[in-house]
Amino acid sequence: MSLPVLALLQAADPQLPPLHFWPWLIFSLIKLLVVFTLYMVAAALLTLAERKISAWIQDRHGPNRVGPGGLMQPLADGLKNFVKEETFPKFSNKALFLIAPMLAFMPALITWAVIPFGSPLPTRWGRVDLVLADIPVGFLYILAISSLGVYGIVLAGWSSNNKYALLGGLRSSAQMISYEIAMGMATIPVVMLAGNVTLGAIVMTQAHQGWNIVTLTLAFFIFMVAAFAETNRVPFDLPEAEAELVAGYHSEYSAMKFSFFFIAEYANMVTASALMTTLFLGGWDIPFTLWDNLPPFSVLKTLLTLVAFLGKLSFFLFLYMWIRWTLPRFRYDQLMSLGWKVMLPMALAYIVIIAAAILGLDALGVPRDWRFALSMFALNIVVVFIVFGWLDRGRIVSPASSRISAGELARLRTMAHRSTLTPRETGD
Amino acid sequence: MQIYVPLLLLIGFVALNAVGITLVSHLITRGRPNPIKEQPYESGIPPLGDARERFSVKFYMVAMLFIVFDIETVFMLPWGVYFQRLSCTTQLLASGACPRGATSFFGFGEMLVFIAILFVGFIYVWKKGALQWD
Repeated sequence: MSLPVLALLQAADPQLPPLHFWPWLIFSLIKLLVVFTLYMVAAALLTLAERKISAWIQDRHGPNRVGPGGLMQPLADGLKNFVKEETFPKFSNKALFLIAPMLAFMPALITWAVIPFGSPLPTRWGRVDLVLADIPVGFLYILAISSLGVYGIVLAGWSSNNKYALLGGLRSSAQMISYEIAMGMATIPVVMLAGNVTLGAIVMTQAHQGWNIVTLTLAFFIFMVAAFAETNRVPFDLPEAEAELVAGYHSEYSAMKFSFFFIAEYANMVTASALMTTLFLGGWDIPFTLWDNLPPFSVLKTLLTLVAFLGKLSFFLFLYMWIRWTLPRFRYDQLMSLGWKVMLPMALAYIVIIAAAILGLDALGVPRDWRFALSMFALNIVVVFIVFGWLDRGRIVSPASSRISAGELARLRTMAHRSTLTPRETGD
Repeated sequence: MQIYVPLLLLIGFVALNAVGITLVSHLITRGRPNPIKEQPYESGIPPLGDARERFSVKFYMVAMLFIVFDIETVFMLPWGVYFQRLSCTTQLLASGACPRGATSFFGFGEMLVFIAILFVGFIYVWKKGALQWD
């Protein structure tokens, strides 16, 4: 608290006016530069974290030569990529080959603009909202911008004129658009509860009637799986499946252009984690208290909510890596059938269930507080049990033949042949 | 409109960074191209033919289905935002809930019709084998 910067901040009265134009513009620029820098540093540190965590999971040391405990490794990697020779494949489409990494890099680093990351900060000049631009279209902006990332990948794959790259780019685009539908549909229950698409309103709703992970558990699972697929991470990393496609869409890329794809991947991970936090884990909300959501706002509240936000964010980032070094990769047909045949109808049915539940609870006169959250949670436990305990039972995605006995498999095969469907249609 | 200014600044700043970093990296590095280095990588063997060949039509199929279903999602978003207001015959309470006895099935029923039609189309696509990837 003795930092000179903090001396400029003061405890706020409840009705702090928003900033005038110039201070607002300056604070916007500060937020922009600080978060952009944090993103770049986070992307670098996450590459190290990934290697350290993988080492930990596989009982190795990981990078430990550059700097104390390998801490300078990302810096060395970045510097190396910056001064490496650039290669241009002879038959590639030069212009697109050059533009593709930038097209992948840009959406990854502008998506965060509408995500709120702390309670409003009171200053001498008025209230500073800790979000770069709380635009009215809010969440729609994220859906729109994050899907632009696929252009960079598909153009990289096509312009390289390399078979691996082409396949990687195609796979990636098909995968990303498939899971975007499930992702969009999983967020409809969220906007139904909030009655708004701005992320600030979604955070406030969760502060008052319980986090959406409690009230909309299944939507959270659908969104999380879709987010993993959208960021091309294990178990959905088929676009860059190293065992079959070398490095996928960036096989031909070297030096800084390769780094761009890497930064974009990690920045997308951070954004997806921030989005899961904001939509389902209450964003910067501190659980079980409304103290942090109500004025008067203070520097302490801002700092604590920032810590809460970053804590939830780090959990998801760790989850990304944990899953990467735990689960094997899907086969492509499994990935597509999971997206289209499982997640899409599930999300659609869930919208109907949640709409009916909201209607029913309102008709019963359940107030929108912990009672509402508990009723929804009870419903969600039933739904999750039906999905994972009865519908799924570990057989939706995994090859059935690996899980059931030979006799049972033969019986199912004859059943499939006897049915009216042709074997092709039953996937036999 | 003022609220969009930081967004435009950010987009400009990131674009500047993307171009700037590429340019600086391009200027300080020296290319030493040779015919072997410029070949497309095919795991070490001499490249066979061109990569610009025909590829599976299924990728187009997925893209077409995506457009249809994504537009359904877009239609559902405004409904989702207005759902609580549509299913209430009076003003909503401050908490967003509908007062007891004022709930209406209007919004729910409308969407049920929409989702039912969508679902019939989905079943049709499924049974036609458009979602089959083998």
